[in-house]
Amino acid sequence: MRGVQVSIVGAADTEVGVLPGRSPTELCVEAALLALADAGLDKADVDGLITCNSFAEPIMYHAEAIAEYLQIFPSMCMTVNTGGGTTVSVLQHAAAAIASGAATTIVISKADSLRSFMSREQAMLSQASTGHPQYEQPYGPSVPAYYALIAQAHMAEYGTTAEQYAEAAVSARLHAQRNPAAQMRDLVTVEDVLASRLIADPLRLLDCSLVSDGGSALVLTAAERAQDLPHDPVYLLGFGEGHSHEHISQAASLTTSAAVDSGRRAFAQAGVMPQQMDFAQIYDCFTPTVLIQLEDLGFCSKGEGGAFLQSGATRPGGDLPVNTHGGMLAHCHPGNPGSMFALTEAVWQLRHCAGERQVPGAEVGLVHAQGGIMSSHATVILGREHD
Amino acid sequence: MTEPSRILPRPTRVSEPYWQGCLDGELRMQFCTACEAYQFYPRVACSACGGSSLDWRRVSGNGRIASFTVVRRGVSSAYEAPYIVALIDLEEGPRLMSHVVAAEPDDSRLCVGAEVVVEFQEWGDEVAVPVFRLA
Repeated sequence: MRGVQVSIVGAADTEVGVLPGRSPTELCVEAALLALADAGLDKADVDGLITCNSFAEPIMYHAEAIAEYLQIFPSMCMTVNTGGGTTVSVLQHAAAAIASGAATTIVISKADSLRSFMSREQAMLSQASTGHPQYEQPYGPSVPAYYALIAQAHMAEYGTTAEQYAEAAVSARLHAQRNPAAQMRDLVTVEDVLASRLIADPLRLLDCSLVSDGGSALVLTAAERAQDLPHDPVYLLGFGEGHSHEHISQAASLTTSAAVDSGRRAFAQAGVMPQQMDFAQIYDCFTPTVLIQLEDLGFCSKGEGGAFLQSGATRPGGDLPVNTHGGMLAHCHPGNPGSMFALTEAVWQLRHCAGERQVPGAEVGLVHAQGGIMSSHATVILGREHD
Repeated sequence: MTEPSRILPRPTRVSEPYWQGCLDGELRMQFCTACEAYQFYPRVACSACGGSSLDWRRVSGNGRIASFTVVRRGVSSAYEAPYIVALIDLEEGPRLMSHVVAAEPDDSRLCVGAEVVVEFQEWGDEVAVPVFRLA
């Protein structure tokens, strides 16, 4: 990225899965402290804090409340919300703050407890509120239904099949099996996915991400300050966003997303090509989003996402391992913080400390997240080296 | 504890002609007389030219399914599953979300591109919503 080089120097996840008796606020604070410990820093070193709000325990001024809980007094404090894309999009804000001098050491910490801190009914209604209040919500579309509309359109336009979508779930479990922290580590087959119950046609239970509790945090600082810290820094090499709509009924295309724009911008800034990525962490709230974003980010041609997944490229040992921690389909999905875990995983892959699931010699990788209903896209390229 | 109710639209000054049209059994769309184009949802200004030369026109109510899904678990007990949520492309251009009614989930005619025609369902005394039936 232009200007001051920014690096990730701390990364940590809380336990994830089903965590009764722990609040989203507590998980958010716990993640922040774990990430600071990983970075070899003290909370007194933090002068920037970024969070996202919790669905299960909403707080009107969230980041301020987390700062208060931690008893830190930062010079920059903000709560950001672009849905699931918030995780990646805030990296740009953090990098800009470091470059401008607004802050030197920034913690990004996010947590939620969709599984244990709210009822299924509350979670359903809360998430259904993503729809337009006058023109969508009255028809009762669930969150899976919004994504099912995208999935069905891609099938009609490109001949994509339910079997091809299912491959994303199969691949996720293969990765999760290698990750002791993952919530769902049992392998599944395409047949298992197709035999699971329908949620919103064509999406079945195993096409849907998990419902989890958990928190995750990163610590960022200027690269020159990173040299004294315990771990190899991971550099932000390129970044891009793309925003096309909020409500799915307003999307110019159901089958091509603004990941085209965010990806193009990120690759251009980093000066690299999709084919150079050693791994990719791709937002997987539902299996079709993996397939479509692989196409839109340029890892395969438009309409070829199904064949790409069936080739095994995204599996462990494949040409492009995708969601090496298991993703939200198999590792965990506590709502908007969901792809924070993709970022911490990318850091560990680039530190070469990912254990059994380590991509050998990983030098550069991509993390992509989206929020809304394929609405707000953010792509970051991370690497071990910088210019 | 009261039973949950369906999520009802709250008309505004801008959208009132749309919702009143539904009560009157007419599908009406906002039309920019400068661009000669419809827009949906209704807005305070034309989303193409930014102008405010907007009036309301009755449209045919004919369209095609752009995509659809069968919701197998309703968002609350007020929504009895299964029900069909669809995006409808009207022949005049605008796209809107709606229900496809009077069709079983396994109806072989239910597909992307299928022709549909509007009808209106009264949800209480003060609100009617447009839904679509296979043509």
